[in-house]
Amino acid sequence: MPQVSLTVNGKSHTVDVEGRTLLVEVLREKLRLTGTHVGCDTSQCGACVVQVGEDSVKACTILAVQLDGAEITTIEGLAAADGTLHPMQEAFREYHALQCGFCTPGMVMSAIDLVKKHPSGLSEQEIREGLEGNICRCTGYHNIVKAIAAAAEVMNGKRSELARAAE
Amino acid sequence: MYDFAYHKPSSVADAVKLMAADPEARPVSGGMTLLPALKHRLNKPTALIDLSGIAELRGVRREGDAIVIGGMTTHYEVATHPQILAAIPALARMAATIGDTQVRNRGTIGGSLANNDPAADYPAAALALRATILTDRRRIPADEFFLGMFTTALEADELVTGISFPIPEKAGYAKLRNPASRYSMTGVFVAKGPQGVGVGVNGAAPCAFRQNEMEAALSASWSADAVAAIKQPPDDLNSDIHGSAAYRANLVTVMAKRAVADAG
Repeated sequence: MPQVSLTVNGKSHTVDVEGRTLLVEVLREKLRLTGTHVGCDTSQCGACVVQVGEDSVKACTILAVQLDGAEITTIEGLAAADGTLHPMQEAFREYHALQCGFCTPGMVMSAIDLVKKHPSGLSEQEIREGLEGNICRCTGYHNIVKAIAAAAEVMNGKRSELARAAE
Repeated sequence: MYDFAYHKPSSVADAVKLMAADPEARPVSGGMTLLPALKHRLNKPTALIDLSGIAELRGVRREGDAIVIGGMTTHYEVATHPQILAAIPALARMAATIGDTQVRNRGTIGGSLANNDPAADYPAAALALRATILTDRRRIPADEFFLGMFTTALEADELVTGISFPIPEKAGYAKLRNPASRYSMTGVFVAKGPQGVGVGVNGAAPCAFRQNEMEAALSASWSADAVAAIKQPPDDLNSDIHGSAAYRANLVTVMAKRAVADAG
């Protein structure tokens, strides 16, 4: 049985997998990191999005064996050790960017990738297009877009109203 | 998914050896089509040969009057690479519309070409730009590469290593995406290049094809009006719940006009 070594949220793990074992199965079933959700299991809905290296990927459509040596960040790895939320998580809370919450982990992970790849800022249109791979079946996109716009300002170093209000 | 063995060769030669030794083994690049197919048990390879450890399949470079893109280059890299943006911006814009962000982060140009999905974007660009597909053993002109639905000129143990696009004077792309799946219902890539005008169509038929009548019209006069009156015969086009052959035939004209406008 193949063995893979992964760094997940800063912690090293060596796990036994089958060739066919998906990353999301390792995360949820072996490492018990159940914040990464499986919605459609057909790489459409984006509930399983995690960060691999610099990129967001759908963890239901990548084999664990392909990731030997990779650095992976899941929704559980975003907040600081003292519980301080990542600016994207904070913005999702502030703008109530969720209804049932099932899609939220994937939305947050995709949104962080989107903001990091647009350091000079994001238009509403770019945010909406950037969320193409994430489906919210509550159709609660409006507040998600607002939250990402606000978090983008914080992450890009501009002091937003949100940040000022928090001080 | 049925289980399979896993290999990760570090050279093209080793990958081809593994493919030749086991006809039931399959190469995997981004896996954006192959893994969903395996999940549905549509395919039962004995082994997957992961191409991600092969350095010679990566990179984008200019060779004379062409841009050569390594097979393992992701759609995201094609969409954002400075040399591609400068030389063939329409190709970069096309890559930015493939799937979604996460698919573009994993999916590769070599995988897309070798898979030859009827709705894949790149084949239309390869045909219109008169590209050459590079493999471990030969160079195949795009016109001779795409043979039919999910069928190419590749031999069983032959690997796409890259693709060479002659740099065009101008090029443009337009497609209508299925509102649900976001796959191309019909897309048209137009180019005016060193080897003449090319018009490549995807999504409409079982395999991407060149629209010769439009190529002749655009050669005579490069304008959206020149293709506006040209009707694509619906005879061999796809017909499904998303659109009839006649609907797709009409889209060929509409998308061609928009692609010419996109090219400027």
